[in-house]
This record gives sequence, structure tokens and C-alpha cells, in this order.
Amino acid sequence: MNSGPESIKSAAPGALGHLDRRELLKDVQRLLPVPARRRFLQRGVTLGGLAMVTGCSVSDSKTAESLLMSVSRLNDRVQAWLFDPTRLAPTYPESMITRPFPFNAFYGIERAPEVDAASFRLQVGGRVELKRPWTLQQLAVLPHQEQVTRHICVEGWSAIGRWGGVPFGQFLQLVGADLQAAYVGFKCADSYYTSIDMPTALHPQTLLALTYDGRTLPREYGFPMKLRMPTKLGYKNPKHIVELFVTNDYPGGYWEDQGYNWFGGS
Amino acid sequence: MSSASMKPGLPGQAVSIAQPAWVRASHWLNALGVILMVLSGWRIYDASPIFPFRFPPSITLGGWLGGALQWHFAAMWLLAVNGIVYLALNLATGRLRRRFWPLSPAAVFRDLGAALRGQLSHDDPFHYNAVQKAAYVGAVLLLVLLVASGLVVWKSVQFPLLRELMGGFESARVVHFVAMAGIVLFFAVHVAMVALVPKSLRLMILGK
Repeated sequence: MNSGPESIKSAAPGALGHLDRRELLKDVQRLLPVPARRRFLQRGVTLGGLAMVTGCSVSDSKTAESLLMSVSRLNDRVQAWLFDPTRLAPTYPESMITRPFPFNAFYGIERAPEVDAASFRLQVGGRVELKRPWTLQQLAVLPHQEQVTRHICVEGWSAIGRWGGVPFGQFLQLVGADLQAAYVGFKCADSYYTSIDMPTALHPQTLLALTYDGRTLPREYGFPMKLRMPTKLGYKNPKHIVELFVTNDYPGGYWEDQGYNWFGGS
Repeated sequence: MSSASMKPGLPGQAVSIAQPAWVRASHWLNALGVILMVLSGWRIYDASPIFPFRFPPSITLGGWLGGALQWHFAAMWLLAVNGIVYLALNLATGRLRRRFWPLSPAAVFRDLGAALRGQLSHDDPFHYNAVQKAAYVGAVLLLVLLVASGLVVWKSVQFPLLRELMGGFESARVVHFVAMAGIVLFFAVHVAMVALVPKSLRLMILGK
């Protein structure tokens, strides 16, 4: 899930100033027309960076910050090199599923987006041959796979859940995606966005999840669909996906643009 | 670099080096690496505590979880590369055997007793007493455990053998925390001993 340190659940007392600011920004963004929202978002990112600098005396310089960012980029490459596409995440018996499975997002549960199932169309674009939108019925008849795996949040907590959906590698092949491309990007109904590397997209346990625990994926877990990757941290698993695209241009991500590691996985 | 061949009391070597430059360099680089890892690690821990307490944010490093993670995953290179160089040189030069062998529990208890009675001498900078040996070997083992459990927390899918050894992802977090607590305890005693035996600080800076 789109987890982050600013979730109400476990924000450290000292992070509250940072949290309030980000929550406030998020609220303002929603009220603004799109171009203004975009400008505000840019400023928001700078503010976030500023908070990071002021919050820590040791990184009181742009140099330290950009040095840390380039080490994070280096770590992306090391992790891509370490990633064995055939190595599977552990699976668990259904008796070990965490109940209730925690809700986690950069907003409260009552703000989870409502998506109308009938009118919903998944947009597929970028370096794919079949650039047509998909209805939920069309996705529902594609090959289906179930998994009971551990969801690990960047904060450190984890929970075991059961997801079902279309093996994402098969879906990419179906739409004639350029499998040599570097990234798959995602845009979500809650304005969240993220992107992943192609080897992870093709990993056998990567699912375009349409169900949770045997029923239609509920709103709190990302209706109409989330990308479920047991090899990635929660913030890399986008919920409420409305558009996906294959690209060679680094698409970044909501948390990644603020400093979370882009590869973000195991 | 000072050669490890300098031995105590060799004629013609009035001033002999007890800690060669590579030991001193790797010691201080390790100290920096451990401090950065522990302080950023506390901030990361605070995002989702395992135990019912948090570290005061003011004594942590990184400003927020994302910043702390960046520090942690940058300083890990310093800690790991320096640690590998330290262990490799210790093996290659024979310093490991010379300095830390033999080491028995009986000797540790004997020297610990002597130390508590104030009868343990630090006069010979070329030899560690058994308590020192145990403490330094213990610190190295704790760091190895920290790296191994950290690899599982970071990459639980890519290191299945380590993951099973740690008892799974969740318990790897606990192992990582407990090993951290161990190294912090070592740090506290180590610094206290330096305060009691100030010439050991000079030894680790100047080598003699």
C-alpha cells in the first residue's frame, strides 16, 4: 500500500510538524485547479526538502542532501544487479493472514477514493502495441493467480495478506509491451503515482490484483486494482490504479520524489 | 603504513608502533560508520517501534524517516567496506591470531576479576588482556550479526538462507535491534575504559 512515515498511525511526535505541513499541502492541492496544483506540488517538494534540512543539523547543507540522493541512486543500481528475477518471496498458509489487514495511505481511510466500477477504464499507454482502455469485466476474465504473502512497509511493520489477480508479466505481454523498456509507471485515483523496474514487473509474483482475500478488492485496499509485489515495499505497491504506462523516461514516484529509495524492494 | 613486523622490545626500535596505521584508520572509520548507522537506525525504528518506546527524535539522525533511510543506506557502505578491509588485513597480516589468540572463558573471568579489583595492568600496548580480547571479538561478531540481520530486513527475498537463519523477516528486525543494543553497550563501556586509561586514546590516534 501507499505507506509512508506520515501515516497517522505511527508518526513520531517530532515528525508532526512535517506531517501537518504535508497534510495541509495535500488539502490545498485538492482545492486548486490543476496548473496551480502542479506549481504548488513543486513548491511542496521543496518545502519537504527544507523540513528535512532543518530537522537535522548534520545535513545542514545542500551538498550533504544531494550526496545522499546520489548514493540512493547508486543503491538503485546495486539493487537492480542483486535482484534475481526467479527468486520467490515466501508464501504463507491462509491461517497466518493478518486480520484485520491494516489500512495505510498518506491520508485517512475516509478519504480513500471512490471509483465507479461501471464507468471505470484502465488506461494503458507508452511503449505498448495495444493502447486501448480496459473495463473491469475485461480484466476479470484474464488469467488469475492467488498469493498469500507478506506486505512489508518502509516503516518496518509487516502484515500477511491474500491477493488475487492477473500475473502482471502476462498482462504486459498481452498488451504487447516493450519488455526491454526500463520502467512501468502508474497513476492512481488518489493522485498517487509510482514506477517500477521492468524485471520486477515481470517477476512471477507480481500481480495486477483485483481481489483481496477472495472478494473484490475493497476500497480501503485499493479498488479497483493495485499492483501487488511481495518483492517491493508498500509504497511501491500502488492502489486505485487508473493508468499504467511503459517508458524509458524515469517516472519517479510520490514518496520517491521526496527521498524514499526508488528501487524500494527486496 | 606501519609494518606489523615491529615487535615489542626489538633492539634498534626505540619507538615501536603498537597499532599500525591501518588499524587506527579502520578503527575511526568504523566508529564513524557505527555512530551514523545507530543514530539513523533509531529514527527508522521510531517509525514503527518493536518495543513500547521511541528514541527521542532530537538524538536521531535524518530529520524524518526518508532522510534517516538515506543516511542508513549510505553509511552502510562505509561500515561494510571498512569492516571487510579490517578483517581481511587482520587475517593477511596474522594480527588476528597474534592479538586475539588464545582466548578462553576461564581467562576472561580471571582477568575480569582482576580488573574489578583494580589489578589489571594495561602497561603493554602490544597485548590485550582476555577481557579486551573478548570485548573486541564480541564487537566484531555483533557487527557481523548487524550486517547479516540488516541484509534480511533490507532484502528478505534475495537472502533466503540468511532469512531462515534469522527466523524470518520479523525476528530479523528483533535480532537487528538486539545486536544494535549490544554494540551501544560495548560503545558505552569502551568509552568509559578510555576515560579510565587515557593513554589508550593516544595509542589509537598515534599508534604508540
